Amino acid sequence: MAKAIRDAYGEALAAYGAQDPRVVVLDADVSCSTKSAVFGAVCPERFFNVGIAEANMTAMAAGFAAAGKIPFVNTFAVFLTSMGLAPARLYGSYAGLPIKLAGAYGGLSDALDGPSHHSLEDVAVMRTLPNFKVFVASDEVQAAWLVKNAIEDAAPMYLRLSRDVFPRIYSQDESFREGEGKILRDGADASVLACGLMVSNALRAAEELAKEGISLRVVDLFSVKPLDEELVVRCARETGAIITAEEHGLYGGLGGAVCEVLCREAVCVPMGAVAIRDTHAECGSYQRLQKEYSLDADGIARVVRDTLRKKR
Amino acid sequence: MNLTRQEIGALNELCRQCRRDVLTVLHEKQSGHPGGSLSVCEILVTLLMKRMRVDTARPGWAGRDRLVLSKGHAAPMLYRVLAERGFFPKDELHTLRDFGSRLQGHPCMRHTPGVDLSSGPLGMGLSAALGLALGLRLDGSDARVYAVLGDGELDEGAVWEACMSGAKFKADNLCMIVDLNGVQLDGPVEQVMPQGDLREKFSAFGWHCVECDGHDVAALCGAYEQAEAVKGRPTVILAHTVKGKGVSFMENKNTWHGKAVDDESYAAAMRELEGVS
Repeated sequence: MAKAIRDAYGEALAAYGAQDPRVVVLDADVSCSTKSAVFGAVCPERFFNVGIAEANMTAMAAGFAAAGKIPFVNTFAVFLTSMGLAPARLYGSYAGLPIKLAGAYGGLSDALDGPSHHSLEDVAVMRTLPNFKVFVASDEVQAAWLVKNAIEDAAPMYLRLSRDVFPRIYSQDESFREGEGKILRDGADASVLACGLMVSNALRAAEELAKEGISLRVVDLFSVKPLDEELVVRCARETGAIITAEEHGLYGGLGGAVCEVLCREAVCVPMGAVAIRDTHAECGSYQRLQKEYSLDADGIARVVRDTLRKKR
Repeated sequence: MNLTRQEIGALNELCRQCRRDVLTVLHEKQSGHPGGSLSVCEILVTLLMKRMRVDTARPGWAGRDRLVLSKGHAAPMLYRVLAERGFFPKDELHTLRDFGSRLQGHPCMRHTPGVDLSSGPLGMGLSAALGLALGLRLDGSDARVYAVLGDGELDEGAVWEACMSGAKFKADNLCMIVDLNGVQLDGPVEQVMPQGDLREKFSAFGWHCVECDGHDVAALCGAYEQAEAVKGRPTVILAHTVKGKGVSFMENKNTWHGKAVDDESYAAAMRELEGVS
């Protein structure tokens, strides 16, 4: 049984954080939800619950970083990247302090709480900040690696996590590198460049499309910034069509990042985008929302077919 | 630490010189914030020249006391005092706000030796100073953290979030100094956003509260000493100051918050700040 991303994150934070005295963890009264409380139970002296005060929490983290600590900042993705944005910009982006912003409940994963709690802009917002690195976890193994990597790499970072269980993609001993995408299934007709939950949805879409004789390449671009630009270009040239897939708004996220690279390199291929189109969602079950907003395997398959029609 | 009459005289003379030099640079550059630089002068001079443990040869020394100038627009005065302390040559002050200068419009920790945290956007410095203080405490350091805020800055809600956290985490190695000059960009603080009884407010938030004349160097040094003696909670020093202090026509005028110093005003200001030496 696969594990919820938040559980994998909390356990990794406790495991790696306990071993490294530089790690401090802050939360804004949602530690039982973000699972930063798992760390808090193991290392209470390095765990700081600041109450419902996201701006204060993020700026405090900068101070910890200035004292040589590695602070992990925890709350729901939507609040972290809005209330926490001003200190993230000043201290993380401008001053370069290594604050690690862990956005729990990314995308639509806080489905039933509704659009006020959905996070569909966070990747775009954080990607615009100079010096920030942006990662989107696609399964539990990768989520744990992101924690380890955040401790090892002294850069300000945004980790986009999730409340939910994602299908397991990677084996326990899989290795990852920043800026390096993963080709999870090879194909010749088109490439789906995905991140987060959309990676496993794309793999299911590929199964379905194979029955129609469509050969789909599926790539996990969990490292949205730095982006594996060489791989993006290669996928466009080798498969002749690109479909980006993200649990995020259409503007400025992974799709935007991929377009920027392909335009700059003058690689002109038919493109499709699976994303939420300039709207807020509604509340409903996570499954239902994915279906309604065409983020599920069927939705991806439809965009792939439409894109392939442009190719011919 | 009681200052001798001689020390007090020397600090006051240094403050006069700092005011002259800051206005000279602001006049030369036709840019920068005079009002809040003049009000915070004695606070920064006493902190950096008398109170804080720093090593100018090793600006990043882990054991140093930290200064967070949250009211970052007073950067010109901070730079003048950092230069006096020996972090960089005084001549460099003439590069203020120039392209390529280490002396950015607002303090930047990546550029300027002696700047422990970048600042500019108001309302965040106290939180960051608190994180610094708690981080130092985790390491068993006896270093202290000083955060200097403006009173207009207290409008920002995050300041009060930080106050609650400071009390909760018993950050007694943190000392906030509020430069209470009573004037913000658009007008008197009382008109822009009345702040009520700050002593009662900070006390209710769990802070030890000291009030003093923010232009009295001996009183400021006494307040820092008192702050260090308080255990189990952070201290706030409400330093009563005058915006534009030392130049009669700039005093208590919001119009001099961020206005360039014209030739006539500059000449008049220099006459007022002539002094005895």
